[in-house]
Amino acid sequence: MSLLTLDHVSKSFGALKVTDAVSFEVAPGEALGIIGPNGAGKSTLFNLITGNIAPDEGRVLFDGVDVTRKPPMSRVAAGIGRSFQIPQPFTHLSVFENLLVAANFGGGHHGHHAGEFCMDILDRTGLAGVADATSGGLSLLQRKRLELARAMATSPKLILLDEIAGGLTEAECGALIDTIKSIHAEGTAIIWIEHVLHALTSVVERLMVLNFGKMLMIGEPDEVMASPEVKEIYLGIEV
Amino acid sequence: MIWVDTIVQGILLGGLYALFAAGLSLVFGIMRLVNLAHGDLIVLAAFLILTVVNLLGLSPFVAVLIAAPVMFAVGWALQTYVLNRVLGDDILPPLLVTFGLSVVIQNGLLEGFSADSQKLSAGPIEAASLPLGPITVGVMPLLTLISAVAVIFALNQLFYRTKLGRAFRATSDDAVTAGLMGIRPRNVFAIATGIAMVVATIAALYLGIRANFDPSIGPARLIYAFEAVIIGGLGSLWGTLAGGILIGVAQALGAAVNPEWQILAGHIAFVLVLLIRPRGLFPRAND
Repeated sequence: MSLLTLDHVSKSFGALKVTDAVSFEVAPGEALGIIGPNGAGKSTLFNLITGNIAPDEGRVLFDGVDVTRKPPMSRVAAGIGRSFQIPQPFTHLSVFENLLVAANFGGGHHGHHAGEFCMDILDRTGLAGVADATSGGLSLLQRKRLELARAMATSPKLILLDEIAGGLTEAECGALIDTIKSIHAEGTAIIWIEHVLHALTSVVERLMVLNFGKMLMIGEPDEVMASPEVKEIYLGIEV
Repeated sequence: MIWVDTIVQGILLGGLYALFAAGLSLVFGIMRLVNLAHGDLIVLAAFLILTVVNLLGLSPFVAVLIAAPVMFAVGWALQTYVLNRVLGDDILPPLLVTFGLSVVIQNGLLEGFSADSQKLSAGPIEAASLPLGPITVGVMPLLTLISAVAVIFALNQLFYRTKLGRAFRATSDDAVTAGLMGIRPRNVFAIATGIAMVVATIAALYLGIRANFDPSIGPARLIYAFEAVIIGGLGSLWGTLAGGILIGVAQALGAAVNPEWQILAGHIAFVLVLLIRPRGLFPRAND
C-alpha cells in the first residue's frame, strides 16, 4: 500500500490553475524528487500535502486515511513533516526549543525522552554546538539545517524538503545530503523539491517534472532527464 | 522624608497597575490582539468576586479562588467563540469586536448590579500597616505589589520553562509554522486568554479592596494598563511591571505637588517615555 496518494488534485488561484489534476503515489520509505521551472506549482503541491491549502478538487490520502479536509496539525501528528524553502525558525526560541516544540506537539515525544531525542537530532544535523543559541541569529546554512532538524523532530513517516540545498556552497551541500541520505536509510519517505539536480539525483529513486501545474513526467531520474520534452521545458535547451 | 514616602507609595500603587496590565501584555504578546474590553473584564471579575462573597459569605481572598476558574472559562470561551473568528492580518476587526464587547459588558453590569458604587471588604487587614524604617506602608498595598511580582514571575516561568510556554512563544513567532509542528494555535490562544482572565481576577481583587468600583470604571483601568504595557515595551512582562510602577510613582509625585495632578502626572510620564524611547523601556530584541 502506498504511504501518500494524490488523486486528481487541482487548485486554482483566481484564473490561474496552479495544480492541475495531479495524481501520484509515494511508497513507504521511497524518495521522490520534484523538479520544474519557477512557478510550476511545486511549493503549492507541498501546501496541498501539508494541509495549508485545501484543494478545489481531488483527494489526498496518507497512510490509508483520507486527509483532504484535515488541518495541518492533524497531518503532522499522522506523520507528515515539512521544511520550508525560506527557513522559518521560531526566532525567539533557542535552536533546542525549536526542536522541542516540534517533538512535543508534532512527534508526540514527552519528558526527558523528548530532550534526548532532540539532542540526538542536533548531533546528526551538526547543530549541537548552537543548541542554546537564539535561532534568529543563525547563518543561512544553520537555518537550513534547523529546517531539516525540526522536520525530523516531528518523527515523520514522510518528510517534505523544499529547496533545502538552495543557496549553499558545494561543501555545505555535501554534508546536508549525507544527513538526508541517513534519514532515507532509516526508512523515512522523502519528497524533495530541488533545483540543485546533482544533490537530488544522488538521493531520489524517482523524479517528477511539474510544468504549469501539470505533472509532465514521473519515472527513474536518468530516464526523465533524458527525455527531450524535459530538456526543452526544464533546462531551456532547444532540441 | 516625605518624598521617600511618596515614592514608596507610588511603587506600591504601581503593583496594581502592573496587575491590570499583565493580562493585556500576555494576550498582546502571544496573538497581537489589543483587547479593548480588558478593563471591563477586570470590573466583571470584581463583580463576580462580590457576588461570591455575598452569596457564600466568604472572604474576598477565598472568593477569588472560585472566581478565577470561572473567569478562565470566560476567557477560553470568549477566545474560542468570538476572538478567534476575527483574528487575522487586518487588526481592525478585533478592535471593533472588543470595543463592542466593552459596551456590552458595561451595560450588562449596569443592568445586573445598577450604577451603585460597590466595594470588597477584606476586614481589619485593610487598615493594617507595617513600619518600614522611617516610613509606614499599608499591608494591602504591599500585598498588591508582592502579588504583582509573583504573577509576573509565574507568567515568566510558564513562558520560558514549560511546554505550554514554548507553544505560546512559537505561536507568537509564527502561527502557520506552529501548526506544521503540530500546535493548534486556536487552542493556544484560548488558553492564553483564559490565563489572562485569571490574572484579571487577581487584579480585580485588589482593585475592589482598594477603591470603590461601578460598571463604568473599566475604560480608565484599560488606559492605565495600556500605558504600563507600552512604557515597558510590547511583549515584555517584566517591562510591564516596570511600566506600572513608573505610572504609579508619577501619579504619587503629581498628587504630592497638587492632588488635582495625580492622573495627569501619570499620563505625562507616559508621553515623556514615548518621546524618549518610542519602543518602550525593554523592547523585545528582534520585533
